Amino acid sequence: MSDIANRVKKIVVEHLGVEEDKVTENASFIDDLGADSLDTVELVMAFEEEFGIEIPDDAAETIQTFGDAVKFISEAA
Amino acid sequence: MFDLTGKSALVTGASGGIGGEIARQLHARGANVGLSGTRAAPLQALAEELGPRAHVLPCDLSDFAAVDALARQAAEAMGAVDILVNNAGITRDGLLMRMSDEDWQQVIDVNLTSAFRLSRGVLRGMMKARWGRIIYITSVVGIAGNGGQANYAAAKAGMVGLSKSLAQEVASRNVTVNCIAPGFISTAMTEKLTDEQKEKILVEIPAGAMGVPADIAAATVYLASPEASYVTGATLHVNGGMTMI
Repeated sequence: MSDIANRVKKIVVEHLGVEEDKVTENASFIDDLGADSLDTVELVMAFEEEFGIEIPDDAAETIQTFGDAVKFISEAA
Repeated sequence: MFDLTGKSALVTGASGGIGGEIARQLHARGANVGLSGTRAAPLQALAEELGPRAHVLPCDLSDFAAVDALARQAAEAMGAVDILVNNAGITRDGLLMRMSDEDWQQVIDVNLTSAFRLSRGVLRGMMKARWGRIIYITSVVGIAGNGGQANYAAAKAGMVGLSKSLAQEVASRNVTVNCIAPGFISTAMTEKLTDEQKEKILVEIPAGAMGVPADIAAATVYLASPEASYVTGATLHVNGGMTMI
């Protein structure tokens, strides 16, 4: 797993309080990991901070799964 | 009870009668205070009166870029913003049929939009800290209306809707959002009233007197305190019984 994926996973595990092995490529933050809409906003803010990037609102809406997040950040960072 | 030691509070309109007293009482309970307002001299005087733990943060709330910057400056000066008191307000009174677009817009911008922008600016830190207090100083006229103040009443009523919505969004993160609705409080703003106007008002107040800024400051201390953690989306009326709702 790439460095970016590891850092994203760490944030997700810490923030949502889920087991690491639940955070798989297609795991949906809301449907599979128990996030609510506020959690997703906070995750995006945490990603922005960790990677020093800006994630615009329309892009944030497309980040539904762990894989989406890693893909977006890999392209932006 | 009501100990605010270690908390940092940003108060807008701190150069005014009510805002200044709010800052004094938050400070007296141990909070660091960020004093914001358009006029630097009274803020400086208040900061000198309070001594340590007081920071002067002048800001023109009609300048949106400056409002966004204020949230950052306050966090830099105090280390965090745990408590935000949106107190600043202006009036541009007049009958609606003769109200200019500018008078409408200025009042909405300074009284309502700046409160929205500041709230957005400080929320990130509060969410991370899992603790925050946002307090809007609205007005009895936002609930009851007042002829000649359509712009002011609309802005103040807007704060109530804003606070209730935001309260629902962030309650799970221990951030509470409430309003305080003062009635007639003696300040420079009410000094402009004639004796005849004042008498008319007093007849409507069961307590038989105007309030003082300390009445509003005490309510603010309560809502800012750890003891008020289960109070959110509320409007606390401090009006001597003038309007009971």
